[in-house]
Amino acid sequence: MSKDTLIRTTPLHQMHLDAGAKMVPFAGYDMPVSYPLGIKKEHNHTREKAGLFDVSHMGQIRLGGANAKKALESIVPVDIIDLPLMKLRYALFTNKSGGVMDDLMVTNLGDEDLFLVVNAGCKNSDFAHLQRTIGDDCKVEFLEDVALLALQGPLAHKVLSEIAPSISEMIFMTAKQVVINGIECLVTRSGYTGEDGFEISLAAKDSEELAKLLLSNIEVEWVGLGARDSLRLEAGLSLYGHELDIHHSPVESSLGWALSKVRRTGGEREGNYLGFETIMKHINEGSESKVVGLQPEGRMPVRDGAMIEDELGNNVGKVTSGGFGPSINRPIAIARLKKSYIEKNSKLFALVRDKKIAVEIVSLPFVKQNYYRG
Amino acid sequence: MSIKFSEDHEWIQSQGDDLVVIGITDFAQEQLGDLVYVELPEVGDECSRGENISVIESVKAASDLVAPVSGTIVEVNSRLEDEPELVTEDSMGDGWFIKVKLSSPEELDELMDESAYNSFIEE
Repeated sequence: MSKDTLIRTTPLHQMHLDAGAKMVPFAGYDMPVSYPLGIKKEHNHTREKAGLFDVSHMGQIRLGGANAKKALESIVPVDIIDLPLMKLRYALFTNKSGGVMDDLMVTNLGDEDLFLVVNAGCKNSDFAHLQRTIGDDCKVEFLEDVALLALQGPLAHKVLSEIAPSISEMIFMTAKQVVINGIECLVTRSGYTGEDGFEISLAAKDSEELAKLLLSNIEVEWVGLGARDSLRLEAGLSLYGHELDIHHSPVESSLGWALSKVRRTGGEREGNYLGFETIMKHINEGSESKVVGLQPEGRMPVRDGAMIEDELGNNVGKVTSGGFGPSINRPIAIARLKKSYIEKNSKLFALVRDKKIAVEIVSLPFVKQNYYRG
Repeated sequence: MSIKFSEDHEWIQSQGDDLVVIGITDFAQEQLGDLVYVELPEVGDECSRGENISVIESVKAASDLVAPVSGTIVEVNSRLEDEPELVTEDSMGDGWFIKVKLSSPEELDELMDESAYNSFIEE
């Protein structure tokens, strides 16, 4: 079998080809990295109007049964039991050493019905992990023949409410079952661009019709993975495999905010998840490294993998995501740095090819998040 | 003046006296997407054919500009430092990269003419 036959496609693949997209392999899928508009304009269109993203490569998983919430809570450092109906929460699968196996969104569709969206590159291992750890306590169902569309940007709400008036009252991190033009959709007000917006889960067979309906609005343009990455980077959002990995705890990845109080030491339902001791140690005693924003001086992009040094040439860390921020028209980066240097606020440099680029530690995000909280 | 093309998608235009102007083709700039940064060599630098002499950065990635000929760099288009979008907008004109004084003018004979290049990119 040739390698090409192993490449998967989303239900909207033909639409991307018809739209003239530049396709690249990503997490085993042939995905649109950009359309004829180009990354910069797609990025800016999302910040100014509404961008439509095909994120059907991501994994969609349902957990069912009376113990579903309790079961999921036993493998994440997050409060799932008290997650209200039709609300979303950001969660992480941790391992024994406190590292992160994936990050995910959890939606409570009914107290015996949870909906998870996980990263494309981790979805098979996530499913295996769920089956192995909680497969006896609840039903773990990997959803096949589904699609996921993201409509993101300041006009996303206007565009979607024109065809689905019932979504107009939704606030950030809530969910609703909606019928749009006869198509059953699970709509969440969420996304990964820093903008207001929605993610829409639906049957694969209906996805082309909904995509066409959304694109028929002149405010909407297809946006590819290239701009998705620059948008999330500007919004300071972590990406699995970059800021998050199995070697670093959530604290080391500056995701302490995602660790629910009730699951920490002294909390009502403390511990009882993989890596609890390490993670609590990092919360209480601090971790050796942290993830921070970096502003490179000048115009040369500082990209993933670039080493960071101090003035004396000591290694201080490494860039985890870097590139160019079209909205702010300058290079931006996120890096994992040794904590002692962050506190010292030392003069730091990124090594790019044979050059040393001065970088300044800055707070994230680079572009203000624009969520609708009611 | 004659214009030649390299397999690395550069155009090389002769200006007489063994001087050439070098840029990237429209095909190349389309492949790269929106450019955000161009790192140019220094005037006076020597380059040999096949050597990386400049870095072209798009939103997504960095690519090298490979010297299509050998010689001395006599001028660089410093406008690109602040306006890399010139390459996208006018790759064969205002978006030129460097001027080179050839040390081995016969290298030009090994480059493609326009019709050969057009067939090359259609492959």
